[in-house]
Amino acid sequence: MRDLPRILRRAAGSAALGLLLGAAACAEVDGSATGAEGSDPRTLTVFAAASLTDTFEELAERFEADHPGTEVEFNFAGSSELAGQITEGAPADVFASADTRTMALVVDAGAAEGEPRVFARNSLEIAVPPDNPAGITGLADLAGEDVRVALCAEEVPCGAATRTVLEESGVDVEPATWEPDVRAALTRVRLGEVDAALVYRTDVIAAGDDVTGIDFEEAAAAVNDYPVVDLADAPQPDLAAEWVELVRSGTGGGVLEAAGFDVAAPE
Amino acid sequence: MRARAGSRAGVRVAAGRFPWLLAAPAVLGLAFLVAPLLGLLLRAPWSTFGTRLLMPEVREALVLSLVTATAATAVSLLLGVPLAWLLARTELPGRRVVRALVTVPLVIPPVVGGVALLMVLGRRGVLGQYAYDWFGYSLPFTTAAVVVAQVFVAMPFLVVSVEGALRAADRRYEDAAATLGATRGMIFRRVTLPMVAPGVAAGAVLCWARALGEFGATITFAGNFPGRTQTMPLAVYLAMQESPESAVVLSLVLLAVSLAILIGLRGHWSGAP
Amino acid sequence: MTARPGGGAEPREEAEVPGGGGAPASAALAAHLVVRRGGFVLDVRLRAAAGEVLALLGPNGAGKSTALRALAGLTAMADGQIVVDGRDLTTTPTERRPIGMVFQDYLLFEHMSALENVAFGPRARGVPKAEARARAAELLERVGLAAHARRRPRALSGGQAQRVALARALAVRPRLLLLDEPLAALDAHTRADVRSRLRRDLADFDGAAVIVTHDPLDAMVLADRVTVIEDGAVVQEGPPTEVARRPRTDYVARLVGLNLYRGTARGAVVEVAEAAARIEVAEPRSGEVFAAFPPRAVALFREPPVGTLRNVWRLRIDGIEPFGDHVRVHLADPDSGFALSADVTPAGLADLAPAVGAAVWAGVKATEVRCYPVG
Repeated sequence: MRDLPRILRRAAGSAALGLLLGAAACAEVDGSATGAEGSDPRTLTVFAAASLTDTFEELAERFEADHPGTEVEFNFAGSSELAGQITEGAPADVFASADTRTMALVVDAGAAEGEPRVFARNSLEIAVPPDNPAGITGLADLAGEDVRVALCAEEVPCGAATRTVLEESGVDVEPATWEPDVRAALTRVRLGEVDAALVYRTDVIAAGDDVTGIDFEEAAAAVNDYPVVDLADAPQPDLAAEWVELVRSGTGGGVLEAAGFDVAAPE
Repeated sequence: MRARAGSRAGVRVAAGRFPWLLAAPAVLGLAFLVAPLLGLLLRAPWSTFGTRLLMPEVREALVLSLVTATAATAVSLLLGVPLAWLLARTELPGRRVVRALVTVPLVIPPVVGGVALLMVLGRRGVLGQYAYDWFGYSLPFTTAAVVVAQVFVAMPFLVVSVEGALRAADRRYEDAAATLGATRGMIFRRVTLPMVAPGVAAGAVLCWARALGEFGATITFAGNFPGRTQTMPLAVYLAMQESPESAVVLSLVLLAVSLAILIGLRGHWSGAP
Repeated sequence: MTARPGGGAEPREEAEVPGGGGAPASAALAAHLVVRRGGFVLDVRLRAAAGEVLALLGPNGAGKSTALRALAGLTAMADGQIVVDGRDLTTTPTERRPIGMVFQDYLLFEHMSALENVAFGPRARGVPKAEARARAAELLERVGLAAHARRRPRALSGGQAQRVALARALAVRPRLLLLDEPLAALDAHTRADVRSRLRRDLADFDGAAVIVTHDPLDAMVLADRVTVIEDGAVVQEGPPTEVARRPRTDYVARLVGLNLYRGTARGAVVEVAEAAARIEVAEPRSGEVFAAFPPRAVALFREPPVGTLRNVWRLRIDGIEPFGDHVRVHLADPDSGFALSADVTPAGLADLAPAVGAAVWAGVKATEVRCYPVG
């Protein structure tokens, strides 16, 4: 009975946020009317980088199990888009970003309650189709004449990391396309339109058998830190703090690690 | 005095029939469309406008947009007008289904359209794999792919518009041409087409505008590479990731150029004898 | 039907009952048209000799335009045959039929000049461009529109547009000319003028011509023979004056029932050619004219009327027949051969207390008489 609205909420993108909140409000009214558990249902709203989709949804199930009557609602999108929404006053409890730079925007705007904490790290990997048609073994192979490569556009976080890696290594890659986000780059590989893409390791793991990941040394030059913070205007400040705790806990770390993240050492 | 007052009242009666019932929602509708535009203008970073504008990427993207949208319109005309004719003038079985299919690109999200194009014309696509295996040719990530994506999303506008014009056209003119000895082909070229020219023009403008603003199918099918496949909407989207101010500048440039062209064309048409 | 004095009537060839297929070679047009559309069935036989103008007359929906479209090949026939100049065109597509057609609203191509409109047909039939344009210019010259050759149809008056449409139809040198209500789009003012010009043009045309009209006067003035169609079938056929004076159905009587005379005008007086009679008209004319007045314009008197009636004849009652809510009285002068019909109300007839064979006075105002030049 609960599954349908949850699926709906999660399927909705950030653009539909307004509608989504409206729907949540209705759901709340319904909940109190039926008075299923006698306590008010509470909703925790988490704005999170798109690369956290799978791990955070898994964590949400645990969170909801541990907090009966609480529902976790997500807005997954690009970090900078989310930061923009938060500084414009979108009602959110928690913000988890894919880089420290966008997090800084939120902190500078005074929208953060506590201190942002890095809870995970992600690094680049070369994604190739399972049959690896171009025979890629390392970063230098991407510069090959006939190798078709998809890279993240420099404007987005994975693109910034890509640029750092390429600059540090001195490999000169001429891509077929600069993709607007990491999943788009990965999709190119899945569809076989490119021979390789530079994407995050977590994305390679999420793609399962459709792509193969190739680690490369130079990736160390650009490791992405994922900070999380509870927000100043959080409608549910205590739930927000508990969520931050969860993602930094051993449970959270296990889930994140399984997805390909490096879990930050406790500070 | 009395007479003058009377005449004034008469004038008021004549002019007082202002259709408020229509005017109020009309003004509201216009405001709804224009307000976001004003927002763009108000929030535009005018102090840095010039320097942002002069970036070579902007010119590159703008030129690419104009060229591809125009090419897409030309292709749409070439394929869409005969298609519209087929829908409007023949009794083909399954015509309704065909008409519904034509409007599919209007309904599905352009991104999905782009994926569909990849599935067919991509390097491993249903047809594309042969082009790649036999000739080593692959359409995605080329300027031609941009045009293909734009044609896919924009052509239905042309077809719908032209089909409407063909249905509205007085077919007796075609009868007249037939009695004068004209064959079907000649009737189409010399009578039907000129007759529906306003509809074709309106459809072409819609098609061009749609192609110019095309984003989803383009980025999915043609990718994003400056000077080759990065059209203005793609440039706007990417600029949005980093600096919304740049995105606003780019949008305003696209807006200004397209408005100038459309208004210029309108003037040209109405000025024609 | 009452007997009618035949004396003085113009000796026109009696129309043949539209007969079987075997048309004589002299017929420029011999057609049997069968068109079925829903519950409506058109089944008519039409014949016209070379140089002859055949008018199809009938109420709206009678099928006359359908017949014309069938002749042009624009409407599919369920059965029948179309022979023009001995050539069977039944299955020939429209664009290969030797026809020229003038449509009701002329349907001039708006995006072409008058000249281009006229040159369109020859171009479509493979005439080289220069030659087609020369031919078009010549035709426009002939219809008196050389000065308007470069104009768009929008810039032409109704009469001019009609003449361009005619020139366009003639430019393909057709053997069969089809005209669909060629005067219907014109206002009454220009109509008479255009009608008489059209009559001259039709006289010059050496093929067969079929003209569809719902206006009896157009049929009378323009046609050599009239075929009346009602509900998809021919109900009467013959020379115009015959059809007008001897209507065989209610419709023909009501709509076509006209007192129509051909004669010579001298000032405001028309000398009727077929009878020793004079008709006074309102506007002075000269030369060959048609004079016509409807039966309801005729007043009947027992005594010679006093007053301003300009046309008064003493005539004998030939027959009386009811037509709807009125009574039609047929009158004739056995000596001069002058004949006319009058429509009166039953009450008016009772006042008159007439009997067949009795003599009465018939009067018509000069202003009720319409007068048209023959050509």
